[in-house]
Amino acid sequence: MSKAPDLTTTIGTLTLRNPVMVASGTFGYGPEYADLVDLNALGAVVVKGIRMDAGTGNPTPRAVETASGLINAIGLPGPGVEEFIASYIPFLEDYTVPLVVNIWGTTVEEYGQVAARLSEIERVNALELNISCPNIKEGSAMFGTDPEMIREVVQVVRANTTLPIIPKLAPNIADVAHFARTCEAAGADAISLINSVPAMAIDIETRRPLIANVTGGLTGPAIHPIAVKQVWEAAAAVDIPVIGMGGICTAADALEFMIAGATAVAVGTANFTNPNTAIEVIGGISDYLARHGHQQASAIVGSVQI
Amino acid sequence: MTRPMLSETVAVRRHEILHGEYRVLEMTAPGIGPHVTPGQFVHLLVPGLDDALLRRPFSIYRADHVSISILYKPVGKGTRAMVDIAPGQTISLIGPLGNGFPVNDAIKHPLLVAGGYGMAALYMVAAGMTETGTIFMGGRTAADILCVDDFRAIDWTVEITTEDGSLGRRGLVTAALDDYLSNWKSAPIPTATPEFFACGPNPMLRAVSDRARHDGYTAWLSMDRNMGCGVGACLVCVQKVRDPRGANGDWIWARVCTEGPVFECNQIVWDEHE
Repeated sequence: MSKAPDLTTTIGTLTLRNPVMVASGTFGYGPEYADLVDLNALGAVVVKGIRMDAGTGNPTPRAVETASGLINAIGLPGPGVEEFIASYIPFLEDYTVPLVVNIWGTTVEEYGQVAARLSEIERVNALELNISCPNIKEGSAMFGTDPEMIREVVQVVRANTTLPIIPKLAPNIADVAHFARTCEAAGADAISLINSVPAMAIDIETRRPLIANVTGGLTGPAIHPIAVKQVWEAAAAVDIPVIGMGGICTAADALEFMIAGATAVAVGTANFTNPNTAIEVIGGISDYLARHGHQQASAIVGSVQI
Repeated sequence: MTRPMLSETVAVRRHEILHGEYRVLEMTAPGIGPHVTPGQFVHLLVPGLDDALLRRPFSIYRADHVSISILYKPVGKGTRAMVDIAPGQTISLIGPLGNGFPVNDAIKHPLLVAGGYGMAALYMVAAGMTETGTIFMGGRTAADILCVDDFRAIDWTVEITTEDGSLGRRGLVTAALDDYLSNWKSAPIPTATPEFFACGPNPMLRAVSDRARHDGYTAWLSMDRNMGCGVGACLVCVQKVRDPRGANGDWIWARVCTEGPVFECNQIVWDEHE
């Protein structure tokens, strides 16, 4: 009998047991799913966006289901970096799964401050930079669509941490290759994409938007093909790893990203439906590699035939 | 937070019309069933809802060591698709979820107030009490009044109100409650204080809250919000509540799926509703 394929994946200085993470904003801070999912079996847990201060987020309703998707405008509520450290790090210290903290700020300097503070915490293994949330009026989104701002954010974070840093790109950018190269040149260790797609849904009887924020971000299988295309373009443009996400529900969805060029992937909205999606995706990737005679996950990364 | 929650694939035992358009779905659930407390819910993955992603939350009508039942009315995309579920079919459930109603020996004069499926959701509350009490049921019409025999079988008094007068007295459930409370105040039992347990539409919950606050009674309300994950991760089903650590008037968001769905009425900040 042949050996099971090696799923070990490297992102900068970070080694993952496998290439399948759970995406920021879809998995809380870890404890929420700990009864249902073997956290240590995941490639990494990416926790919900953290900034310096606590925030309340957007009014309700915050989400609406659409065809094969979910539009949300949660608005990045969170406990703030100190409360995050106090409330969640002790819990996460009982687990060995790599921990990626998604960070954001309303100013470039704030990104640096959050990065510096989290770098003091041994349990934190990498930082994902949220420069692309569509639901925040100040900061975040406004950084994400301007390559000059992205460069500044990545450089400031780089100056404040030795942890691997992973800027997360928006889908609605004209030239993803340019944005990806900008991140790489500014010192990013990897890039992740895509964030949610700006979207809107209206109740035709009341003629009012179905979420309080009027517009939101679309996630779920509806955005998967958009994400595959963006990942393919990004991966072709840079030498650093690309983490692909957007609508993964099955191993096949994840494999598409990897074949398009993603070194790793993240499961997002599907966690809400089936909390063990990522675990099932890991098994499915392993089966696929075995079936195609590959010893390592890296063998298929970027193997798309054009 | 009540833990642990389980993800369980359950088999449908029985699926039939209970009354009017309301259906009861009974499932063999030896994992979840024994752990259910009154007022908790399950998150159900509706089979065949291909392009609708999310699970649907349902209050638990009955639970024992091998099974749970829910009650629903086909009104939306998810519940309309549930009509086709057949006995023997398997379904994915996550549960039991949320913090239910406090049910204990200290409650000496329980008053339940229910609208729609709330009548089913409150059955386990009544069944779990050491004291019997009164349930006030309200609906648009007779077809919306459910589980009357269930409550009578455990010696509860059932007060029925319908908006069209087709069953019980005509009007809103709160009018019946008001009459009861004014009678109570004229001849109270000194050793008992009314305590409310309510499940139904938000305007009904608010009306119960107004009465409880006015008279200084405790009222437990099961809040109904649209849900995403059901386990506290997505922050979709949030409800404004008073900040226990803040000044008067400060509020914070509470997750209905995790901190709720049951809240004491003094916790709720109502400005998001109506």
